[in-house]
Amino acid sequence: MRETFAATVNRALDRDPRTAVVLAVISGGMFRSSARKHPGRVIDLGIREQAMIGVAGGLALTGMRPIVHSYAPFLVERPFEQVKLDLGHQDVGAVLVSLGGSYDASEEGRTHQSPGDVALLDTLPGWTVRVPGHPDEVRDALELDIPGDHRAYLRLSGTSNRAPLPVGPRLHVLRTGSPRSAGVVVAVGPMLDRVLEATADLDVTVAYTSTVRPFDREGLSALVGAAGNADVLVVEPYLRGTSAHEVSEALSDRRHRQLGLGVTRDTELRAYGTPAEHARAHGLDAEGIAKSARDFFLV
Amino acid sequence: MTTAATFSRYADLPALIGFMEGDEKHDGASLSTTDALWVLYDRVLDVTPETAEDPARDRFLLSKGHGPTAFYAVLAAKGFLDVPTLRGWTSFGSPLGHHPDRVLVPGAEIGSGSLGHGLPLALGSALGLRAQGIRKADGTEPRVVVLVGDGELDEGSNHEAIAAAARLGADNLTVVVIDNASSQHGWPGGIGRRFEVEGWEAREVNGRDHDALDRAFTRTRDGRPLAVVARVRNGN
Repeated sequence: MRETFAATVNRALDRDPRTAVVLAVISGGMFRSSARKHPGRVIDLGIREQAMIGVAGGLALTGMRPIVHSYAPFLVERPFEQVKLDLGHQDVGAVLVSLGGSYDASEEGRTHQSPGDVALLDTLPGWTVRVPGHPDEVRDALELDIPGDHRAYLRLSGTSNRAPLPVGPRLHVLRTGSPRSAGVVVAVGPMLDRVLEATADLDVTVAYTSTVRPFDREGLSALVGAAGNADVLVVEPYLRGTSAHEVSEALSDRRHRQLGLGVTRDTELRAYGTPAEHARAHGLDAEGIAKSARDFFLV
Repeated sequence: MTTAATFSRYADLPALIGFMEGDEKHDGASLSTTDALWVLYDRVLDVTPETAEDPARDRFLLSKGHGPTAFYAVLAAKGFLDVPTLRGWTSFGSPLGHHPDRVLVPGAEIGSGSLGHGLPLALGSALGLRAQGIRKADGTEPRVVVLVGDGELDEGSNHEAIAAAARLGADNLTVVVIDNASSQHGWPGGIGRRFEVEGWEAREVNGRDHDALDRAFTRTRDGRPLAVVARVRNGN
């Protein structure tokens, strides 16, 4: 996904004079030739993440379209007040593109992991949040978000689904349950393939999205209306239950049950190893999701 | 615009500030900026209410957003704000609060209040104007001026921008530091040194002397951003 991101942004730098890339060293090499071609439009501030967001806000105030990139903890958490004030409060936009997913940097440890990124951005109004599940979706998402003036967060991951799906505002249905089905499963971004595997023998509707904000409340409500039960399982690659309030709003007009799966909230996982091992520890491998789904849907 | 004609001089600023009441806490800070703000808007900045949306305007960013009565008064004296607007300040429907919001205040380039945000925003603005090659009708490059306080310099975010600005050659950027010795632990060796070692030109002036401020604001064109340290004592 990182390579697709760099290729798409380098193309945008060639085509759209409004675009600028703002970095704090990380991935600098991927934009070196653009920096030579487009003086002043690739700005590497050194290891200065507060200035990275502040400078992006200033660029946007002059009418440019900043694309800001780093590891998620250094892009969202460390300069969070800058994200809140230098973009949101100034009423300007930017495209923030993070690396690392929740635990792609599993060997690096907690300092390089940011499973709370989407939940944090959820405290701020007006953010579009996309969690691509395939490199092609990274390209499509950037092509949607770079031309605008809005605030967009694009969360790259080292994990991909086998096939890309359309990037857009609506939930994409992959499997429709029967009228007596147990409910609806929503898979976000790179969680899709394992959700399909985990729910293969369940009578449920499975829907996918890479656009989690704004969340397709209307679409979820319609899918739940057509299902046998108003029971919704959301599987997200970041902090467990991050979208619980969206599901709650979407279904506020009906009695329903919901469960969110994601990165564990109650303890800090102090372990290295592989992303797959972290997924297992959080119950986010196919086996863990299958068990949670059976328990939740009472089958 | 009859009110603007009535309240358009430096001598009118105390009366304009007087229209805003209940700001005792920030009074000293507010007064410390009055002269620098006046000189900037009266003699230095190429921006008027008519050119407030012009991409090639000079930009003034008030980073030290607390104590904004002098800023609002200068904006009113220069016609960006209607004088009667000052009277309702900090009320629910007023565009004017204890910290300015750029979305609400005509003429305010940024919203500020939390310290340490204006300088990085100003650097980004300076780099954005340059990257786009924006020029005024006379061919000159617009400048970006940001006002910070010496206490505000405690915030580390400023130092990220101070270090980056000169390395990136942003000589269209000027920082005015209002030095009323309010920094908790002080700046041994002087504030100007912090900028100089990072490749800025630093000038120190009496923050009440209009001619000296005017001269100090003359921009550099040698790749170095400019820091003007304006020394003031509170309350005089």
